[in-house]
Amino acid sequence: MTTADATADTGSAGLGDAFREWWTNVRSGQLGSLPIIIGLVIIAIVFQSQNDRFLTASNFVNLIVQSAAFATIAMGIVFVLLLGEIDLSVGYVSGVAGVIAAVLLIPDGNELSTPIAVALALGSGIAIGTLHGLIITKIGIPSFVVTLAGLIAWNGVVLLLIGSRGTVVLQNDFLIGLANDFLPESTSWALWLLAVLIFAGIQLNEVRIRRKAELGHDPLSVIALRVGALAVALGAAVYVANEDRGIPYLFLLVGFFLLFWGFVLGRTRFGRYVYAVGGNAEAARRAGINVDRIKIAVFAICSFMAAVGGLVLASRLRSVDTNAGGGSILLYSIAAAVIGGTSLFGGVGHIKSAILGALVIASIDNGLGLLGLGSGEKFVITGGVLLLAVTVDSLSRRAQAQSGRA
Amino acid sequence: MTDTALLELRGVSKHFGAVIALHEVDFRVYPGCVTALVGDNGAGKSTLIKSVAGIYRIDGGEVLYEGQKVHISGPREAADLGIEVVYQDLALADNLDVVQNMFLGREELESLHTLDEIKMEARAQDTLQSLSVTTIRSVRQTVAGLSGGQRQSVAVAKAVMWNSRLVILDEPTAALGVAQTRQVLDLVKRLAEQGLGVVIVSHNLHDIFEVADNITVLRLGQNVAEFKRTEVTQEQVVHAITAGKLSKVPGVVDTTEEVTA
Repeated sequence: MTTADATADTGSAGLGDAFREWWTNVRSGQLGSLPIIIGLVIIAIVFQSQNDRFLTASNFVNLIVQSAAFATIAMGIVFVLLLGEIDLSVGYVSGVAGVIAAVLLIPDGNELSTPIAVALALGSGIAIGTLHGLIITKIGIPSFVVTLAGLIAWNGVVLLLIGSRGTVVLQNDFLIGLANDFLPESTSWALWLLAVLIFAGIQLNEVRIRRKAELGHDPLSVIALRVGALAVALGAAVYVANEDRGIPYLFLLVGFFLLFWGFVLGRTRFGRYVYAVGGNAEAARRAGINVDRIKIAVFAICSFMAAVGGLVLASRLRSVDTNAGGGSILLYSIAAAVIGGTSLFGGVGHIKSAILGALVIASIDNGLGLLGLGSGEKFVITGGVLLLAVTVDSLSRRAQAQSGRA
Repeated sequence: MTDTALLELRGVSKHFGAVIALHEVDFRVYPGCVTALVGDNGAGKSTLIKSVAGIYRIDGGEVLYEGQKVHISGPREAADLGIEVVYQDLALADNLDVVQNMFLGREELESLHTLDEIKMEARAQDTLQSLSVTTIRSVRQTVAGLSGGQRQSVAVAKAVMWNSRLVILDEPTAALGVAQTRQVLDLVKRLAEQGLGVVIVSHNLHDIFEVADNITVLRLGQNVAEFKRTEVTQEQVVHAITAGKLSKVPGVVDTTEEVTA
């Protein structure tokens, strides 16, 4: 009875109750995305006070483009972290995909058609991830070691593929346009309206179904607030971006993957099993879940997203060279997933944490760049932020334990 | 109590190499009754329930389910027969909520192969209500936030939700405090009231005398006594556990047979 009553209550409660419940959760350590949003605000204030170019339309568009590759690769990392595993090879896997696409599209008379070259580049990601997954599950080597070997080996493959060319300049319109083209203003507003309407429709439909099943649901005022918040936030982004070059196609790409993987993790059996294996692999096994198959699929997804990120990076730089996939890509991508709130211990996290974390990382990188600071300062400060994010996470976990919720 | 046993083991034996874990054990469970399985460490309690659950294959004897001879060769077959085991570690995923845990591996799907959360939440609530589990605030909170007794309740509800007829509970009260033990024992009684056969494995005679109708005592892989709770004292049961008469003394004659065979 109590269970039914408790949930039914939330159905009839108003905005005030919903806010009070949220505040209780925050106080007991269930912070959600709150710390990272506060963090982004602080970053914005600090950089804006140092350099008034940080909060301009032009820099806002730059930020979206700069964070897109990290966000894409970090989404794959979120999957792997949800299992409590790690993938250290994503940097050079992204390099391999970027180089494959670039080399196959060199207009030397033997070039492939764009869709085939892109499919082969992304397919190489899936194949690499499947290989990692098979070695990890069937031979039983820890993912840390397998993907460390991958980090070295795929770096070698990048060098072999580039060969004596040194640098391959992209000349394919699609590949260049991926990170360098922008939506027309009218299209971006039409998509904004569509997104808000679909979101509102989904939310209201949920209420309708839950009401029919006589289960508790969120009060309509909270839903109105949620839809309003999305409309305002997305609308602001579209407006500001249109003051400059417009909404980048990358924004759509990242948005698509956010919705798609969010759907997979939240609404499908596969997603449920990913969380279950990360939370308690033995319980998952006893529930009849094929744990190995889930792990292999997750490593394939991770490398696939790395490949997508590799195409984005190549497009942004308009070329690939022997450094493709190297540098800070791997560490920034893992840091993005962790800063966004995905636990390293498995089972806890959300795909949106990849995007929030990537925004934080790109903001710091971008802001310090505007201040004229070099890589040394960038790495030190980014490292500090990563440590801070994990500290907040672990302190909030302690608060949860003390309030009996962990 | 009906006359046909829900589950009957006749002369069941199980060896691990030269070690005899079970030697011609008889064991009966009736619907609507709580049967306690007691014995000291190494008496064969776990081997017995794992044999029934299909994790071990028996080497001798026969298993009858509702009077029919059956071969349980895997956990799936046990589940198909309506046998569910709640192991001591409960096998719950802490990061998932109550509903997600109860349906893990057997999720309800909608037409588009998406999860039917509504149906699952409603059914989970119905099941918990039918067991009068009232202490769980919301079925959408994660299992990590539940007390030991609540977790046990969720694990039991998960087991009985699938039209199971026989529920085996391995040490359900071992890690619980007084109030939580009470919750779980009440739950065990309600399962029997609903007509299920219940087997409870426990070291705690106090708990057993509170819920069990029948008590089967194992000692060194053999059953040495069967009691009705109403006709026995705790002292008699303790005596059977520690010094019950064995039909076969292990380690002397038979071991040589084992080795030569």
